[in-house]
Amino acid sequence: MTGKPATGKPETGKMVGVDVGGTFTDVFILDESTGRAEVAKVPTTRPDQSGGFLAGIGRHESDLSRIATVVHGTTAGTNALLERKGARIGVITTAGLGDVLEMRRRDRPRTWGLRGDFEPVVPRDLRLEVPERTLADGTVRTPVDLDAVRAAAARLRDAGCLAVAVLFANAYANPENEARAVAAVREMWPNPHVSCSSEILPEIREFERFSTTALNAYLQPEVAGYLDRLETALRDGGFGGEFMIVQSNGGVMSAQTACAVPVRTALSGPAAGVIAAGYIAQMAGYPDVITGDVGGTSFDVSLVAGGQSMLSPQTSIDFGMTIRQPMIEIATIGAGGGSIAWVDKGGLLNIGPQSAGSDPGPVAYGRGNTRPTVTDANIVLGRIDPDSPIGGTLTRLDTEAAARAIDLHVGAPLGLDTLAAAEAILRVANSRMAGAIRLVSIERGFDPKRFAFMPFGGGGALHAGAILAEVGLARAIVPRYPGVTSAMGCVIADMRQDFVQTVNAAADQVDEAALGVLMQRHMGQGMAMLDAARARFEARDTVFELDMSYAGQTHTVAVPLPVEIAAGVVTPPTRAEIAEAFDRAYHAAYGRLLKNGLRRVINLRSAVIGRRPKFDLASLAPTATGPAEAARRATRRVHFGDSWHDTGIYARLDLPVGAVIAGPAILEQMDTTILIEPHLQGTVDRFGNIIIEGKP
Amino acid sequence: MTEIDPITLAVLAGRMEQIADEMDATLFRSAFNPIIAEAHDASHGLYHAQTGDTLVQGKSGLPIFVGVMAFAVKAVIEKAAADGDLADGDIYIFNDAHIGGTHLSDMRLVRPYFRDGRLFCYLASVGHWHDVGGAVPGNYNPAATDAFQEAFVLPPVRIARGGIMQQDIVDILMRNTRLPQSAQGDLNGQLNALDLGVRRLDALLDEYGAETVAAALTALGTRAETLMRAELEALPDGRWEAEDYLDNDGISDAALPIRVALEIRGDRMTLDFTGTAPVTAGPVNIALPTAVATAYVAIKHMFPGLPANAGVMRPIDVVVPEGSLLSAAFPAPVGGYTETILRMIDVIFSAAAQAAPDRVVANAYGTINALSLSGKRANGQPWVMFSFFGGGHGGSPETDGLNHGNAPISTATIPPLEILEAAYPVMFRKWALRPDSAGAGAHRGGLGAVYEIELLEENARAFLFGERGRFAPQGVAGGGAAAMNRFVYEQDDGWHAPPLVSKMVGIALKKGQSVRLETPGGGGYGAPHDRPAQAVARDVAKGYLSADAATATYGDAWREAGQ
Repeated sequence: MTGKPATGKPETGKMVGVDVGGTFTDVFILDESTGRAEVAKVPTTRPDQSGGFLAGIGRHESDLSRIATVVHGTTAGTNALLERKGARIGVITTAGLGDVLEMRRRDRPRTWGLRGDFEPVVPRDLRLEVPERTLADGTVRTPVDLDAVRAAAARLRDAGCLAVAVLFANAYANPENEARAVAAVREMWPNPHVSCSSEILPEIREFERFSTTALNAYLQPEVAGYLDRLETALRDGGFGGEFMIVQSNGGVMSAQTACAVPVRTALSGPAAGVIAAGYIAQMAGYPDVITGDVGGTSFDVSLVAGGQSMLSPQTSIDFGMTIRQPMIEIATIGAGGGSIAWVDKGGLLNIGPQSAGSDPGPVAYGRGNTRPTVTDANIVLGRIDPDSPIGGTLTRLDTEAAARAIDLHVGAPLGLDTLAAAEAILRVANSRMAGAIRLVSIERGFDPKRFAFMPFGGGGALHAGAILAEVGLARAIVPRYPGVTSAMGCVIADMRQDFVQTVNAAADQVDEAALGVLMQRHMGQGMAMLDAARARFEARDTVFELDMSYAGQTHTVAVPLPVEIAAGVVTPPTRAEIAEAFDRAYHAAYGRLLKNGLRRVINLRSAVIGRRPKFDLASLAPTATGPAEAARRATRRVHFGDSWHDTGIYARLDLPVGAVIAGPAILEQMDTTILIEPHLQGTVDRFGNIIIEGKP
Repeated sequence: MTEIDPITLAVLAGRMEQIADEMDATLFRSAFNPIIAEAHDASHGLYHAQTGDTLVQGKSGLPIFVGVMAFAVKAVIEKAAADGDLADGDIYIFNDAHIGGTHLSDMRLVRPYFRDGRLFCYLASVGHWHDVGGAVPGNYNPAATDAFQEAFVLPPVRIARGGIMQQDIVDILMRNTRLPQSAQGDLNGQLNALDLGVRRLDALLDEYGAETVAAALTALGTRAETLMRAELEALPDGRWEAEDYLDNDGISDAALPIRVALEIRGDRMTLDFTGTAPVTAGPVNIALPTAVATAYVAIKHMFPGLPANAGVMRPIDVVVPEGSLLSAAFPAPVGGYTETILRMIDVIFSAAAQAAPDRVVANAYGTINALSLSGKRANGQPWVMFSFFGGGHGGSPETDGLNHGNAPISTATIPPLEILEAAYPVMFRKWALRPDSAGAGAHRGGLGAVYEIELLEENARAFLFGERGRFAPQGVAGGGAAAMNRFVYEQDDGWHAPPLVSKMVGIALKKGQSVRLETPGGGGYGAPHDRPAQAVARDVAKGYLSADAATATYGDAWREAGQ
């Protein structure tokens, strides 16, 4: 690790974070000179999202020239993948291996049932083979046939392809054939969207590398067009600062990099949310936190330990659509507000995976769904106000219809009355959410009990109390603006660039000098990226890891390398240091070492991070003074356990710092409902977060 | 018996499933050999204290184990009764396939779980070890004529007594494998998984009480039974038959019939395998537990929503005649059990398709194709490349079959060719879909694959344990059969096929020579003439189907159809 003083150009002016969701565009504006922050929430505009984007910023800043940086967390890439709306692209690949993208790793969509098929994003007739072959040791056995490459490129161009991915076997070991092929394609077909697998991911495993590269090409035209529209709109409005994008790894990159490597945006929006959640929790004094985002169809869980969010090396956006890039680890289960409750033929109550989503949505929305959802249970129990639903588009919820649906589909088959059936739905839903939390923590080797829970998104705070009880957590933290967490994360996120290079050598035979050259190159490229950015950095860190294993093992362990960097020069570790570092990491992961086991180095992973100055969360703190009861707006009957309780309804944002609200209570704000159960209380901390804990 | 409310039941069902899932995850993460770590050839669960019946099983383990583990636990219950001194902290271990099912590579660990001094249930872990002795490294020996040639045989013995590891047993195990490090790593992983299961069960019972959890386990079994009966009740009564064949037993070249009669009466089903070939000399036999477990796999594929516990099998009778190759007695060889049970699933689907065509898919490619290449490097270091290869899935009522899927009894993925090329002196000349391999149908089958592997160093030997070289995967509901398995190898005088088509032992290869495996596709679903001409045209444009084959199978209409 290294720290050196910030050298970026001085910035005054405002930092703006923008998260464009399906319904709302959230904006978070930070004035770096004063430390003041403001938030806005406006409807998302379609098909051109720049309208909502500018409208949201315009709520608090009419002069775009006063803005230094706009950081965007986007779901444009994710949605293009999920909806299969990327560009028509072609592939040029090694003779004999044209079907790798379609054959995957010989898996199937679901364990049981043997149903379902798979269509890769590049159909077979647009995957063209050319003579070329590199062996595993990097030897070029067959030099690439450039005439064949040019002929293939011409065919793809004539077939209307907008991007080309060059995918050659063993290109991680020697990129020469790929590089020559790419040069040949670019020469005859000037096109910004020509890429090859060794540029995008120089890592062993052809399916993962090819899939990542092909999905990148698939996204390039779409994402580049989208970001270009946004940037043009900003520039036309007078914006002269830097436009940046959040990556799936939780760091930001320039919009230019995002256009070249859009596959790194696959989890951009959710990653920003986790970054913000981690920061808020750490500031509040709880560096270990599990975040939970309750959406319409899913519950997304992520874990932050010691202020660090977890990264996973790859993810599948959908069956067969694998992206191998470091991403913030987010586990998803199909239990959201719109998940449907049903009783199976064996008499067991189930939640999901079928969902009514947000359209048609719960029965109470009156838009045609007749099967009860988790939200319907919350409505029937009085936990959501039927007369002023959050989300803005509906004026009233139909509680009676929700009750009838619960009676028909859950109450009758189980012999329960409406309220008991609604409580049952919540209990099973909460239990599933708790299970997801247990699994993400346990799989990582953490005891969940030491974590705080942070709900964000619209519905999470309704379930916080139940999740505390189920998992045995001490407290939940509800951020002051849970609905704009992702937008806030955009402003907080560090700038980050990840690199990987497969080494594939026995640890006692690693070429230390060559490893040093690779490390130096990664650091140089990363620092150049930071230099080019106009953002201000408090510090710059370079982190090196090796993926290592014992010979014969297929799972690797991430081995952090203690590396010395003096005056910008990396001193690579010795073989002995590598062996020692592996033993330490392996022991920590699995408990015992293997006597006489042969250690292998598979990949070098490097990350260069520009630490962004953090803003003072206290600037978001409530300014209200006076008694908490001044924020009380009403009293409503709410059902808990087996009886109705008169429950105070509070305007959450009007509560002063230090206020303690004893349960039962409901705190409402524009986009969130916070439920404090009878045995719990909520305290407003100095940042305006609500800390939910047991009553003393 | 404590009554249990339906909500607590739903919550406990999830919690107990999670315990088994966590045991799976623990072993996958820490196992040493890729067959467990990558291919997930392992399983964990909770089993009944008196009967050994499956109470809860993890979701991520190998499908075939879901049914077979109960037999491993039953075997231990019998052994423990004979031993007469079962105690808390004991762990039994064994691989004897004739009492525990599957094959000798699968090492089973069974641990009694005590609560307040009373046996509450059993926890078990099974995992496929890389090598357990025998004549062939990796234990796929197509020429084995008894169990002793396949592997060393371990009956149920205690590897831990009262919480104390019995190092003598560990020493015997480690001396009987070619890969002791791998075996020790896997053993540690399985022990860790059992430890974790004990800790989680302790916490669950602390929270809910042993009585409530026991009541929940009983209720879940009853519920599974109710679900199964409801599914069967909805099907028409009747008797439907199907038959198919194994190519041979790897010793003599005679086809072996596998027959089933599927009968539904009300809410019960019988699967009667009378008429199936008798026990064979070669290793395509299976033990009775494997046969029963296979019936369960087929049923769960037909009704994927059913839970993984023994209640599902209560309304189902599996009839296997004595002396059949589906109930082979010790020491008949059973190493190729995968091929036989894949055929059992095929005939069950073919019979069920006549009763309930919307419940089944057409036959998948139907062979595990265990291919190994082995030799010595120039420096004398031995190497063994061993892998299973994929093929097409059957067409379904909704879609065409999946191209290049894994076997229905497995969820294993295939290693990347770059990993294989980096580890062994081989190069894949071809790793591609196999055109014209899909069974025709309104929904055609998925495509099989072509793998052509060139040897880059001198002197290696090739072994293959496959099937479907003489009998093609069948379509259902009027769908056509897929292409058969085809294996050829290169010699100085050109390409050859093995005499037993799909099985071969120790063919010598020289540097620059190749082997080529062309795997079957899946059978078709529904009559080919119901396939839209545009879909046929699209298959031709993509090269899934040659123009000649398209016309021969579907007629000429596709030539006029746009894609």
